[in-house]
Amino acid sequence: MTIQEKQQQVIDEFSMFDDWMDKYSYLIELGKELPPIDVKYKDDKHLISGCQSKVWLNAEMKDDGKIYFTADSDAVITKGIVSLLIRVFSGHTPDEILNAGFDFLDKIGLKEHLSPTRSNGLLSMIKHIELYARAFKLKNNAENK
Amino acid sequence: MNIAKIREQFPILKKEVNGKQLIYFDNGATTQKPLRVINRISKYYLEENSNVHRGVHTLSAEATGKFENAREYVGKFINAEETNEIIFTKGTTESVNLLATALRPWIVKGDEIVVTVMEHHSNFVPWQQLCEERGARLKIVPLERNGELDLETLEKLLNPYTKLLAVAHVSNVLGTVNPLKKIISIAKDKGVPVFVDGAQAIAHEKVDVRDLGCDFYAFSGHKAYAPMGIGVLYGKFNWMRRLPPYQFGGEMIESVTFEKTTFNELPYKYEAGTPNVEGVLALEEALRFIEETGIENIKKHETELLKYAEEKVSEIEGVRIIGTAKEKAGALSFLVNGIHPYDVGMLLDKMGIAVRTGHHCAQPLMDYLSIPGTVRASFAVYNTKQEVDVFVDALSKTLKMLR
Repeated sequence: MTIQEKQQQVIDEFSMFDDWMDKYSYLIELGKELPPIDVKYKDDKHLISGCQSKVWLNAEMKDDGKIYFTADSDAVITKGIVSLLIRVFSGHTPDEILNAGFDFLDKIGLKEHLSPTRSNGLLSMIKHIELYARAFKLKNNAENK
Repeated sequence: MNIAKIREQFPILKKEVNGKQLIYFDNGATTQKPLRVINRISKYYLEENSNVHRGVHTLSAEATGKFENAREYVGKFINAEETNEIIFTKGTTESVNLLATALRPWIVKGDEIVVTVMEHHSNFVPWQQLCEERGARLKIVPLERNGELDLETLEKLLNPYTKLLAVAHVSNVLGTVNPLKKIISIAKDKGVPVFVDGAQAIAHEKVDVRDLGCDFYAFSGHKAYAPMGIGVLYGKFNWMRRLPPYQFGGEMIESVTFEKTTFNELPYKYEAGTPNVEGVLALEEALRFIEETGIENIKKHETELLKYAEEKVSEIEGVRIIGTAKEKAGALSFLVNGIHPYDVGMLLDKMGIAVRTGHHCAQPLMDYLSIPGTVRASFAVYNTKQEVDVFVDALSKTLKMLR
């Protein structure tokens, strides 16, 4: 599935929720089910610091040339959104990630979480996903020369 | 005291948030403003606007008169000995920075400044930086388990090297009301001057600087029904008269030549630039609102609310109240087992309830208590038991979702 298809899938899923409670219950569930990040990545180097909740993010590129993300957060709603981001962006090439955009979060009504004032680390997480993609792309280019 | 009547004076309380009736429990961050305060600002710009202390024209003279009357009123409100002990600032943070800057030459290597674990960053970092710059030592007063200051240690920390004790009147996280009279008398016995951060006290407690005996006292208008951007530093005349200026230019100047500048007298020495005149006039209006409502009535009502909320919140499984001092004001902080404060705050917001979550700009206190932050509900005169009931229901619902 392409990133766009996955994003559309998430949008479709969220369109089924009538009220915020169902939506947030689903996010909380996703948060609780997020596979744990390897403890060795739960350090300051992988910490994306928001003022209130913390996010840890790791990315690695496998032999298939695709990036795989793992992450964690100490707040479960943040973790739920992190889980959506991983589902959408994990398993794609740097170019696919860099061309994708993040506005599906607006479309599922989670824009408020991306406001810098919420200080939950999500906005920086998105920046870091892009940074990882850019870094792997540069690394690939250097190796292919 | 008729709370319904008081609520009518705060138009914003009728607002809906996320489709729900707003319940505003973030008064520790800033209070809402009564209509009379909002109107006072309009009136200033509709009828009175003019720069103060400058023009010979009527409008300027009138604005200056009202500005200085407001200063006099603020002085009486906190029972300062002299009106010129009232310095207008942007808020508590600027008041602390002003004082820390003015005291700089007076602090030398080997000196000590004593603060407490419960201080807000604004009453911590300026002193920490001052110590670092001057080679002085910052000493920290610890807490008892219930969130009260450890007075025995406080007394031991004060010695002939101590140049200042800086302490909050009321903790913004724990709600603890510190026994200031006792603390200040301990400090006086050792010859140590005392600065009091009154940001969380001014809307909840009677503040009488002469009765307290403190040398300096600071507060913000916006936490006491006044607008943002206006605050006060009270400093005893004999102190402020001797300390150097903080910023230069405008009203603080007496005379300037190419060679030399002399500075204006108190309080103008510390009020460089055009002051926040609308803020000062609206601050007077807000303090009049407090005076007319009666600080004792306000305190009684808020204490009842706080006790009621504490009782109700404690009944919820897994809730731990952070700060159980015998005397508390304004704030109820708590944590729920295994649940991050951010999650609680997000879901409460969805139900129209505004609380604060996080470290409340008191990271040293969070470290000291080994907690990531708290959920804080903080009350003002217009809050009601019914609102507490809705809040407690919403909290139970929230926790059900998160567990």
